[in-house]
Parts: sequence; C-alpha cells; structure tokens
Amino acid sequence: RMTMSRALMHFNAASRATNPPLTFTGTEIEEQVFIADTHCMNVSAGPTQKMNLFQSVTSALDNTLAGDPTAVIFGEDVAFGGVFRCTVGLRDKYGKDRVFNTPLCEQGIVGFGIGAAAAGATAIAEIQFADYIYPAFDQIVNEAAKYRYRSGNMFDCGKLTIRAPWGCVGHGSIYHSQCPEAFFTHCPGIKIVVPRGPVQAKGLLLSCIADQNPCIFFEPKILYRAAVEQVPTEAYQIPLSQAEVLQEGSDLTLVAWGTQVHVLKEVAAMAQEKLGVSCELIDLRTILPWDTETVCKSVVKTGRLLISHEAPVTGGFAAEISSTVQEECFLNLEAPISRVCGYDTPFPHIFEPFYIPDKWKCFEAVKRMINY
Amino acid sequence: MAHITSKPKQRGALRQQPFDSSAEKPQFPGASAEFIDHLEFIQPNVISGIPVYRVMDRQGQIINPSEDPKLSKEMVLNFYQKMTLLNTMDRILYESQRQGRISFYMTNYGEEGTHIGSAAALEPTDLVFGQYREAGVLMYRGFPLDLFMAQCYANADDLGKGRQMPVHYGCKDLNFVTISSPLATQLPQAAGAAYAVKRENSNRVVVCYFGEGAASEGDAHAGFNFSATLECPLIFFCRNNGYAISTPTNEQYRGDGIAARGPGYGLMSIRVDGNDVFAVYNATKEARRRAVAENQPFLIEAMTYRIGHHSTSDDSSAYRSVDEVNYWDKQDHPISRLRHYMTARDWWGEDEEKAWRKQSRKLVMEAFERAERRLKPNPELLFTDVYDEMIPPIAKQRDAMWRHIQQYKEHYPLDLYEK
Repeated sequence: RMTMSRALMHFNAASRATNPPLTFTGTEIEEQVFIADTHCMNVSAGPTQKMNLFQSVTSALDNTLAGDPTAVIFGEDVAFGGVFRCTVGLRDKYGKDRVFNTPLCEQGIVGFGIGAAAAGATAIAEIQFADYIYPAFDQIVNEAAKYRYRSGNMFDCGKLTIRAPWGCVGHGSIYHSQCPEAFFTHCPGIKIVVPRGPVQAKGLLLSCIADQNPCIFFEPKILYRAAVEQVPTEAYQIPLSQAEVLQEGSDLTLVAWGTQVHVLKEVAAMAQEKLGVSCELIDLRTILPWDTETVCKSVVKTGRLLISHEAPVTGGFAAEISSTVQEECFLNLEAPISRVCGYDTPFPHIFEPFYIPDKWKCFEAVKRMINY
Repeated sequence: MAHITSKPKQRGALRQQPFDSSAEKPQFPGASAEFIDHLEFIQPNVISGIPVYRVMDRQGQIINPSEDPKLSKEMVLNFYQKMTLLNTMDRILYESQRQGRISFYMTNYGEEGTHIGSAAALEPTDLVFGQYREAGVLMYRGFPLDLFMAQCYANADDLGKGRQMPVHYGCKDLNFVTISSPLATQLPQAAGAAYAVKRENSNRVVVCYFGEGAASEGDAHAGFNFSATLECPLIFFCRNNGYAISTPTNEQYRGDGIAARGPGYGLMSIRVDGNDVFAVYNATKEARRRAVAENQPFLIEAMTYRIGHHSTSDDSSAYRSVDEVNYWDKQDHPISRLRHYMTARDWWGEDEEKAWRKQSRKLVMEAFERAERRLKPNPELLFTDVYDEMIPPIAKQRDAMWRHIQQYKEHYPLDLYEK
C-alpha cells in the first residue's frame, strides 16, 4: 500500500486536532519530524520536566519574567497565550503590564521593542509568523542592527529579542511556512538563532534574551508539538555562535539548522546503512554570527560538505557557508559543495511534498558527492 | 526599582458591557456611538480646522494675559540667546559645507521657537527622540558647540565616533537619542521607551519630534496607535513647516494636518503657533504634566515655516518663491517676535543685541576653528560597536584592512586620522 509522505500526514493530523498533543509512532508515519538526541545533553544539572517545544519556550519566558523585573513580552495575541501557546499562563502569573497584546502592526511591534530596550527594559517581541516579519525589516535592519554603532555606543537595543514561528508545517503554504533568515544574515549588528528541539530552544532563547545585541529567534513551528524532551525547569543558557557536532564522522559533513537537522539525522543513518558512508552532522544553531571554525574544521577532516535548508537555494544561507568553506578549505575538498534546499519558488501549498529538501534528495546528493 | 501595578481608569478602551439587545444602543464591541437613521458622511474639516493656539501676536505682544507664562527675565533671555546662537551656528556650518569643509548640513532657520519652547518645558531627564531638525533642543539642554562641530566634522571628539553624516547628533548624558536618517522610525521607538519609563515609575516623559512629511510614514501610524493603546507617557511633537524637501503640505496630506489625526487614534491633540515660543512652551508644559500624571500620549502640532533649504543638497528656489520665504523671515519669525517681547519690557535693546551678536559669533568661530584642526577618529573605530563585543569575523576583516593599508599606505589619507 502507498505510504503517506510526511507533509500529507501533517496536513491531516494538524487540521483535525488543535489541542491534544500529537504522538507519532513508527507505524503511523514514514518519517519523523523530530528525532531526539541520542547522546545525553548535559545543559543543566537541575530537575527536568517533559516539555514540547512551545512549552520549553514558555518555560524560558517564565524564568525570564521571574528573574528580571524589567522584562516584558508583547505582540499580537500573546495575552491569551499566543496562537502557538508559547505565552500561556504568563499574563496571569506576571501581570498585564508585562505580558500584553499590541495592535496588529509588525513595524510597530519591533519599533516599540527597540525603544523599550533602548530605555532599559528587557523587551521580548513576538511576530506571529516569520512570514510577516517584513514590515519590520526597516526597524530591524536600519534601526536595531545599527543602534549601537551609529550612536558611538551611547545607545543600544541589546535587550531586544524578537521571536517568530518559522519553517514548513505541512500545510502552511506561501505565508505560513517561510524561513527568512537569509534576508537578515546580510545585516551586521543582529544575531539570528534557530533551535532544533525543546532543550536547545530554551537554552538558546535564554542566551538571546541575555545577549546584549538585538537577536531574532526563529522557532520551527512544526516542532512546537512534535518535539518533546526532558527540559530543565530552571534557567540555563546554551552559548550563541557555537555550532554543535551531533554525530562525528569521517567521510562527509552535513550542516543544517532547525527542523532540517532531523532530516539529516535520518540521512546520516541511511548513508551509513546503505552506503557505508560515515557522516559528521552539525547543527549550526546560530546563523549569524556563525561558527565558521567548527564547520571548516569538519570539512578539513571529511573533504565533503552538504548543506540543507528549506528556504530557496538562491541567496539562501547555504550559499554563504559554501563560499566561506571553499575559501578556507579549498584544497581539502574532494567534491563540490552540495546545497539541498527549497526551489526558487514561493513556498507552495499542495506541492509541499515535492518542494521540501527531504531525506531522499539529501541522500541522492550524498551519493553523488561520494561518487564524484 | 519600583513598578506600576495599578493604572488609571480605562480611557478610550471600550468597557465590556453585557450584551443587551433590548436596549436601542449599538452593542458592537468595536464602537459605542449612538444609532443614526439618516445617511450622512462626515466632512473632513480642513477649511475651519483645529485652531492654532498662540500667546503672542506677530509683533510679540501678549494677546491674552492669563496665557502669558510670565517666565523670568533670565529664562527669556536664555531662550533668545539659545535661538540666536543656533541661528549663528547654522549660518557658519552651512557656509562651511559650501566651502567643502564638512560634507553636509541642515539648518533650522525659522523653527528655533519649536525647539527652545518645547525643550524648556521638559525636565533634563526626559528622553528625547528626534528626526534631524531639532538641534535647538540639544543646544538648550547644554550640548556644547564643540560637540555639535565635532559631529559635523566627524572628528575624534565626536561622541558618535565619526560614523554618521552631519547633524545626526546624540548625547546620552543629555538624554537625546542619536538621530538616524530613516524618517519616522523614532515614533514607535518613542512609544516603547515611554512604556519602559512608565514601568519604572520615574515620573519622566518621552518626547518624540518629527516633521509633517515623516507623519505620512507607516511608522507614524504605528507610533500613534501603540502609544494610545498601551497608555504611554509620551509627547508627539510635529513640526509642520510646510515642506518635505520640495513637497508642499497639499501634496503630503488632504486632511486637516497632523493634529486632526490625533483624535482618530485616541490622542489628546493640539495645534500651536510654532513661531510663538510661549505657546510652544505652554502646550508642552501642560502636555508633559498630564502625560506623566495620566499615562497617556499627547500630540502637539507646531505650525511653522522652513525658511532655509531642506539641506545643503537642496536649492528651494526651484519650488518656492523668494517672496514666500521673505514673508516668514521678516514678518513671522520666532526670534524677532521674542525680541519684541523682550524690548517691550526693556530686557533687551540695541546695545545688548550688538554685544550678543559679536559674542555668539566669536563663540561659534572659536569652536569652528578648533573643530577644523582636530584629527579624525582612529580607523579602528570603523570596526567596533557593531556588536557589544568584537566578533571573530569582524576582527579578521579589521586585521586584513590594516595589513592592506600598511602595504598601500600612500593611497590612504592616514595623516588626517588619529593613530
């Protein structure tokens, strides 16, 4: 019988159920969206609790509001808990002057956040979908990113963090699936971070909030429910600008961030099983400023690099990684650097299964590189 | 740090009444007006729009004595000297651009009253967000001539470290946020800053200056709406000077200016004669008092006229007549109106005017000459403050630049810069 693709499975599941958590077993779907880390992530010594990704975000925000009296969270619909439930319970717990709705206006949300941060408040702005961040582009690129530099360090908005749901979700189509990180990587002065799961999300978000530079934190929305881990309940930070090697290997380096990390986990397993190829898997985590050292060190060892992201290939961040790696590791390369990415089209609705850089496309690229 | 937990009664926001369809009142959550049974469009009232509040007539005479703020002689003399010092600095720096000594300049001719009147009504700790034509606010607060010049010359004394074009001033100590070129971006930022200031319970207000052209930007709409819905202690101060570069107001908007937009957002609003320093002072003072006490934003539209060109890159004779400009320069100028007020009280006369002109010019020229001689900042400063700490890729690029400069040093103007 025909097995369902990941995308169609999510289309059905997500449209039926809005509240109950979705559990995935091996028999229900061909592919898992989230694959838990196999090694123990010792990010914090304290007690842990089972949390999905949106709950780990809530936990980070809870810790922040508890520890920092200046911290405020704002955006569209955050008061009742948010359209993805990331702020559930926070308004009741901390008050309506700290967790509040804004009018429907992204340029206002970010501009407001910049001003609040510049005046000394820890400002956490939510953009409802990354697809809607563009009205705030001027405020982010022309203002937030340049606030410190242009003022000779007299003023800054380092206390600003912008959060936005990001990436494909099975049925999101053009305006609920976008991964816009590449637009912002061309902007010195901000930081961009994408977590792959709940433990990473909480630690990285807390680092973004603590970081004294304006940060954009993209949250893979398909993982909000699908990714479940034991997450420390107390605050902890995971360092920014440090890529993480999830699996060591000798033949080929795989690089991704967010949801795509889990696709590459499967690809690494397939490569080992079917081709006897040992892959080194790297989660970039911070896209800007990115950890060139870890990636280049890996490519020097393996000689082959495959980068994969959902965003369209042209001008996508894989291009930047590719360019830097060929500069730094030219003589180490055994094959051209491969980019397995979205096509240069808007993100389609019904054609999502064909659009996404799935494990078969990545596996095929691995084969080509090995046989180059 | 104390934080506000209680808040004043809801204002403008609709209270949620229980729905009652038996009552003959609209029950819509979005608006709580009465029903009307005949079709009638509201006419935008631009002919007899919002009136212009003034205290002095064009000859500097008080019209309604109860509106005279009766400021001390010392304070009024200070107003006058700050406005004229600004005017003198403008003349010299405009000229210095023409001579190729600085790259760019924007004068404040005709708008000095809007700067000084409003600045005088604020506390020094109030946070100011400006657009680019508010140098008088900074001057009133005590920003020294040397630092104005340093910024325009981008020399090693510039607090901004030489990174921005002239007139993009900023001063942390004087609570004046550094100017940026994109227009109206400061409006929602001012709302956010005011919200943060409100939570601190520090009795401060935030003031946000902008022009009538910038008020067309989406950020202006965002700023107004956020400040009202989030109940921010904020004064929006619009300098309506008749032009946005070459674009006259009838091509900028069709409604009754900027003040008329205020009520649409739920903002307390007023229009004032911007060339009447006392009217500006009174309106700002009262707006400040209420913004802090009531945690609500105020909109002041100060009507004035841009006597100078938009900037040194503009020649306004291309789009307006010399007669029009002369009218404002000669018949309705904030400096002359205040001088008439002062001379009528024997606080100022020809001798004082002569002496002050000489002294103010001397002060400006001395600062100018010092600025001229000063070196530019060390090119190391090209690379710092992008982030709070230097990151590896920028450090690498910096090192590469210096290696390059070492190799090709005769092609780079190193002697002009600090080592």
